Formats: sequence, C-alpha cells, structure tokens
Amino acid sequence: MWRFALNRLLQAIPVLLIVISATFMLVHSAPGGPFSAEKSVPPEVIAALEAQYNLDQPLWQQYISYLGDVVQGDFGPSFKYSGRTVNELIAAGIPATAELAFYAMMVALIIGVSAGVAAAMRPNTMQDYVPMSAAMLGICMPSFLLGPLLVLIFGIYLEWLPVSGWGDMPGDKIMPSITLGTGYAAYIARLSRGGMLEVLSQDYIRTARAKGLSERVIIFKHAMRGGLIPVVAFLGPAFAGLLGGSFVVETIFQIPGLGRFYVQAAFNRDYTMILGMTIFFATLIILFNLLSDMLAIWLDPKLRHQARGNN
Amino acid sequence: MSHFPTATQPNIATHSFFRPNPIKAITALLLLTLLTSCGGGENNVSTGNRSGTLHWGNGTEPQSLDPHIATGVPEHKIIVALMEGLVLKDSKTLEPRPGVATSWDISEDGRVYTFYLRENARWSNGDPHNAHDYAWSWWRALQPALGNLYAYMYFPITNAKEYYEGEISDFEQVGVKALDDYTLQVTLNNPTPYFLQLLDHYSLYPVHRATIEKFGDADQRGTRWTYEGNIVGNGPFQLSEWKINRRVVVERNPHYWDAESIRLNKIIFYPIENAVTVERMFRAGQLHYSGTVPADKIATYRERNDPALHIAPYLGVYFYRINTRVPQLQDKRVRRALGMTIDRDKISERILKGGQIPAYTITPPGTMGYYPKSDLAFNPEAARELLADAGYPNGEGFPTTEILYNTSEGHRKIAVAIQQMWKKHLNIDVKLLNQEWKVYLNSVTSRDYEIGRAGWIGDYVDPNNFLDMFLCDGGNNRTGWCNPEYDQLILKAAPEAKTHAERLAIFNRAETMLLDDMPVIPIYIYTSNNLVNTSVKNFNDNILNQPSFKEIYLEADPADAGVKN
Repeated sequence: MWRFALNRLLQAIPVLLIVISATFMLVHSAPGGPFSAEKSVPPEVIAALEAQYNLDQPLWQQYISYLGDVVQGDFGPSFKYSGRTVNELIAAGIPATAELAFYAMMVALIIGVSAGVAAAMRPNTMQDYVPMSAAMLGICMPSFLLGPLLVLIFGIYLEWLPVSGWGDMPGDKIMPSITLGTGYAAYIARLSRGGMLEVLSQDYIRTARAKGLSERVIIFKHAMRGGLIPVVAFLGPAFAGLLGGSFVVETIFQIPGLGRFYVQAAFNRDYTMILGMTIFFATLIILFNLLSDMLAIWLDPKLRHQARGNN
Repeated sequence: MSHFPTATQPNIATHSFFRPNPIKAITALLLLTLLTSCGGGENNVSTGNRSGTLHWGNGTEPQSLDPHIATGVPEHKIIVALMEGLVLKDSKTLEPRPGVATSWDISEDGRVYTFYLRENARWSNGDPHNAHDYAWSWWRALQPALGNLYAYMYFPITNAKEYYEGEISDFEQVGVKALDDYTLQVTLNNPTPYFLQLLDHYSLYPVHRATIEKFGDADQRGTRWTYEGNIVGNGPFQLSEWKINRRVVVERNPHYWDAESIRLNKIIFYPIENAVTVERMFRAGQLHYSGTVPADKIATYRERNDPALHIAPYLGVYFYRINTRVPQLQDKRVRRALGMTIDRDKISERILKGGQIPAYTITPPGTMGYYPKSDLAFNPEAARELLADAGYPNGEGFPTTEILYNTSEGHRKIAVAIQQMWKKHLNIDVKLLNQEWKVYLNSVTSRDYEIGRAGWIGDYVDPNNFLDMFLCDGGNNRTGWCNPEYDQLILKAAPEAKTHAERLAIFNRAETMLLDDMPVIPIYIYTSNNLVNTSVKNFNDNILNQPSFKEIYLEADPADAGVKN
C-alpha cells in the first residue's frame, strides 16, 4: 500500500511539470497583458512595471526562475493586488473554500447515500422512483439556478436565512453548502444505488439472509461496505471538484474563497496568480485521487489483494 | 438489475426508516442546527443605523490603497475616506471647498497658486501634517518606477511632465515649493481652470513619508505600507481592518482636523462583484448602499417610485470609435451617415432604461457650464444621401463591417440595435464581434478593429478631459484620426484663453471639428445608478458619483426601521 502511494506520488512530479509548463505557455500567449487598461498606459510606465515583475526578461529565463521559486514553494507576487503575494492570497481563500467544500460534501453524502441506499432496498417501487427522480433533477439543476432560488425562498420571502456572507451571521453557511452539495448528492445517490443493488444480489448477502440476520445488520454491516466503493472512488475527484468548482456559489453568496480569485486572475492576466492557483488545484486533485484510491483499496478486499500481489 | 425477494421488503422499511440509525441521527442534528441557527437576527442596516456603521457595497476587492498606484472606482471610494487633498469638493455642486488648505491665492496670470494649510491638520497617528508633505508626496508620485497611471494629472504643473519623462532630473525645477511649514506654492504651465479640482483627485493626495520609508523605498511598488496596522492617512477615517475578499473597515480618525463634524463611526466596504448579489443584499437590508443595479431591475425600482433608487447624470460618455484607416470608413461622409442613423432615443428608452441621456457630443453637456452645439441628429434621409455621395447608393457595394465590443450583455444589446438600424436605414451589413476584455483592449490599442465600442469617464469636470483624448498622438485616440488644427485649439488656444467664455468657445470649435469628421460616434451619456437606503442622510448625487463620507450620517425613519422590501 505505501509503495503504491509512493509510486503514485513520484508519477505526480512529471504531471505537475507538464501542468506548469502548459499553463505558463498559455497565460503568456494570451492576448493582452496584466498591465493593459482602458485608459492608455504610457510606455515608460509599462516598462517600469514589467521590469519590477521581471517580465522584461526572455520568456525561457522567466520560466526557469519561476520553476526555481515554485520548487521552494514561492508562487511570487500577485500582479494585480499590489503588495500581496500569491501564497498570501491563496492562504486567505483556503479556509472559506475548504469549509464550504467540506459542508457541501457532508450534505452530498448524507442526502446521497441515504437516498441511494433507500432506493436500492426497494428497487422499482416509489421508494426508488421518488429519490432517483429527485436525483436526476439535482444533477440537472445548475447551482446558478438553485442558489438564487433558495435565496429567494428562504432568504427573501421566508427570511429564515441570510442571503449571503460566510461566518458573518448565524446560518449563512447553510444555503451555500446545500447549493454546492446538491449536485453531488444527486450523483452520489445514483452511485450508491447502483453499488448497493449489485452487492445485494451477491451470494454472501443471500447467505447472510439465510442465516437469519436482521436486515439492518445486512445493509449496514455487510452490504454498505462493498456497495459504497463506487462512492468512495468518487469522493477524491468530487472533493477536488468542490474545492475548485465553487466559483459560482462563492459569487452568488459572496463567500471570500478561492474560486473568485481564480476566475478574476484569468480575466486580469494576473500571470503568477493563475499559475499559482492552477498548481495548487492540480496538486489537490492528484492528492485527493490518491487518497480515494487508497481508501478504496482498504475497503475492497479484492483490490487489496491485487495491490499486495503487484508489489 | 436484480432484487431480492419482495417478502422481506416491509421488514427492511421498518428497520431502516422507523428505527434510529446513525444517518437519521446526523440528518436530524443538521436540521436542528439549521433551525436553531437562523431567523430572528437583525439586519446590518438596523444595527448599523444605531451604531453609526455604514455598510457599503463596493464592487471589487481593492487592488491597492496607495493613492499613487490605485486606479479603480472601488479603490477611490476607500481612499477618499482615508485621505484628503488640499481642496475638497462640494458634494452637490463640486465647487472647490477648503480641505487641508484653509484658503488659497491665485496670481493674476492664473499660473501661481499659493495654498495656506491649516495648522491643526494631523496624520492619523498624530504626526503634524504640513506643506513639506506635499512636496515629498508629489515627488514620489512622479517617480517613473512607481508606475503611477495617473501621473498625467500632474502635468499642468510646470516641468512635471519633463521630470516624469526624464528630460530633467532636478525636482527643484518642478513648480512645487513649500515656502514654509504651512504655505505651499504651485506654479503651472498655463492658467488651468480645473487645477483646484485635480487637487481633490486621489492621485494628488499626500502620503505619510515615514510610513512609506519604513516599508520600502519611496518609489517601490507593492510594499506593505497600505495594509492593516501600517497605513497612516490624513482623512476623516482610518483603516482598522482589511480582510481579503471579505471587507475593508474604516473608523473615525480622532486626529482629523474636522473630526467633530464627522457623524459616522465606521464604514464597512464589502467587495461584491456580482450585480445581482449586491442588489439582493441591499434588498435584504445587509447593505446601506449599492453602486450597481442590475439593468433589468432598474425598471422595477422606477415603477415603484422607490426612493432608494438614485439616478443622476454621470460624467461619462458611451461611444463608438471608428478606425479611420479601414478603406470603407476613410470617407467622413460614411462616418457621418453612420452617426446619423443611430436612433439614440430608442436605445436609451428601450434598451438602457436607466434614464441615460442620448449623446450628440463627446463632452457631456453641462460640463463646467459647457453646452456644446452639435448638428448631429437622427436623420436617416440625409444619411442616405451622404452615403450615396460617398459612392454607396442605397448601401450597394458597402463591404460588411464589424462592430467590436468587449463581452457583455449590455454592449451586445446596443450593438444588435445599431446593426439593425444601419441595415434598415442605410442597407449595409454589419457583423458583431465580441472579445474578452483584455483581448478587446489589445485589439483596440493595436487598431485591429473596424468599429469599436468605447466608454470614457471623466476624472475632472472640464471639457479638456474629454477633448484631449483625440489629439494626434493621444494614447486614447486609437482611431487614426489626426487634425493639427484641432490639436492647436486644444493645446494652445484653449489654455491661453482670457476668459471662461472664450475658452468654452474654443472647445466648442474643436468639438465641432471632431463631430464633423466623426472618428467617434457619441451614443449616450452615462447615468450613475445607486441604491441608497433611506436611512442614509446627506447622500448627494453629483456628476462624478463621488460620495462625501464626511457629510453622510445615518438616521432610521421610525416607519422603516425594519427596512424590508
């Protein structure tokens, strides 16, 4: 298992290098620079600014020195937010985004797994159709629609919850978490229904039933462990997706997270910021994929056996 | 798909849904948290009205609070709370009012200004604030390495431009001199009627030398002197908190010379980019002010006669640039014909709906008493004749021409309307091309466009600020149009004018020339659309859309203490 993890981590280095190089080339080839503005900028000002951020050096030299900085964990200064470093801006955004992703994941798991398991227990009945149709709706409903809808109902008409903010007022974390989590809840519901149905048809479940075990024990102790493997495999990419994909929800609810920085950085041609965020997210995705693979191995005796056999 | 025997199903249902289980327990807990944690809270507006805290929706996260580096509107709003220039503006009329300077003399030839500074002016850390601060700050603002985009605001001052561009290296030759601790003398190249206004622009604000030098070199960009706990200003408020993407909080500055007249205790600026979000927050009573209103909501507010909606003329013009190097657009008759077939009233009433004024001149009428005459009007018949004279009778043979705009629903709607108007009245085909903001800037600056959407917001109230855009070598010209006679009027004749009326007449001559050749087609004059809670008092609309936090105070009307719509 540990050799498997180490192997995967070593593989991550060339992947990251490709990500960095491709992003570096792309941002530098995009038309318009970080300092262009609607009002014309005198050439002497542009020259002074480019000199400050080493943009006057040949591109390969900039690339090499950037790589050198990144290896040391330094993403450089932001071009747009004068005086702020990219590290500082990412650090400022992480708490809100991570917290939001965590709550959204909780929402997704609680709703998704209970709906999926319930549906799998009585397939092709109302107990299956109702949650699964709701799940379909949840997958199709984009957060930029669900968010404002929730706000309209719970924030403006009923006045139960604050319409925006993050940690400023009691209850302001509820609607963003639900908005972000719903799409994933729907997906998890479908995954867990499928996984559970497959497991429930296995011989060992029939044996358990024949032994006269209670359904509760069968479902929670025997079936769920195997039935939820697809969900576990999905958790890694899902968590990375939640972290990186929270832009819409962060904008709707005015959450001081990373997503807004990422999108703004692209619009502003804030080269170091775009690169820093991309590297950060790429690393997260790699790590979470690895974690969920390891979890899946731990959960699934078949895979565990394979992993051991390969090593 | 397989399922197990149906006979066991009732059993399952009983087990999993009607008996306690961990999932159910967690769900119940979550629901409980949800129910207990919400409701019953008071909104920001009502608590703010009691504590004297103004909650201000402020667009985007400020890029910098250094007055010599910042350029945007959100930065401007915060900086005017933290700092102050020699002169202030009346919040209604924008007439100059004493700021740090109690009074000033202007020499007979209008070139030498002597400012008398108040002796009780202090920096927010209690340090004395005097004339030497200005000499040093203006020296700093003109250091090329600082990359000050507003350096041109200094150019009316003798030798400022020469110093900035490196032609002279001795700052002593620049027309700024502290005669003693409380007297500052400024010498200008020409009498510049708008000079006093410039002093209230943040690019000419003084900065605290000791603080800047503590955190880096004077001409170093991106030092941390403007951050929470570091920055020292001379304005009515001082920075107490700056949380990235969350809020900037300023509190009353006890050392401010006029601290006693300040009635707000605190202002919280929220960086909210999304127009829909900010409007919703305003409606829910989380904000006293929003500087943006989604275009489709304006009509609703207007129908309701909602007192929160403030619509006022704004010193800015929306126009189309024409690239005069494009073959079919080289003939001024073609350009005039295009300008004469835009039904501006329709655009204003049916598309914009925010009270925007149809524009027939580049300078907004009423700028410093300037009402330019214009013979531009909506006249399709005359336009068709002009187009025929130019060799395109009934639009025949006119190549398909492209309108470029930066990606935005508002710009697209206007471009579509104009495309249809030109098709209908001139029978010419127009394509639309939208580009992302920086790509669009690149295309326009490198003149890689045919017709391009543009906007210009005045920095100071004077026709010069609009007309000097179109000088032959003007960086914002971007049309390829060049008329030496026009340059001569703007650069020589207007500054040397003896009277205000004469100066305005010269501008009018220049503007007539511009409109006659029409390298630019004016479309509408902007309006500022603000949402202001009725508890905000002394909020005055003005054409620079510049709030005076010094004057604003909060007072809840007993009737609308809840402030819910």
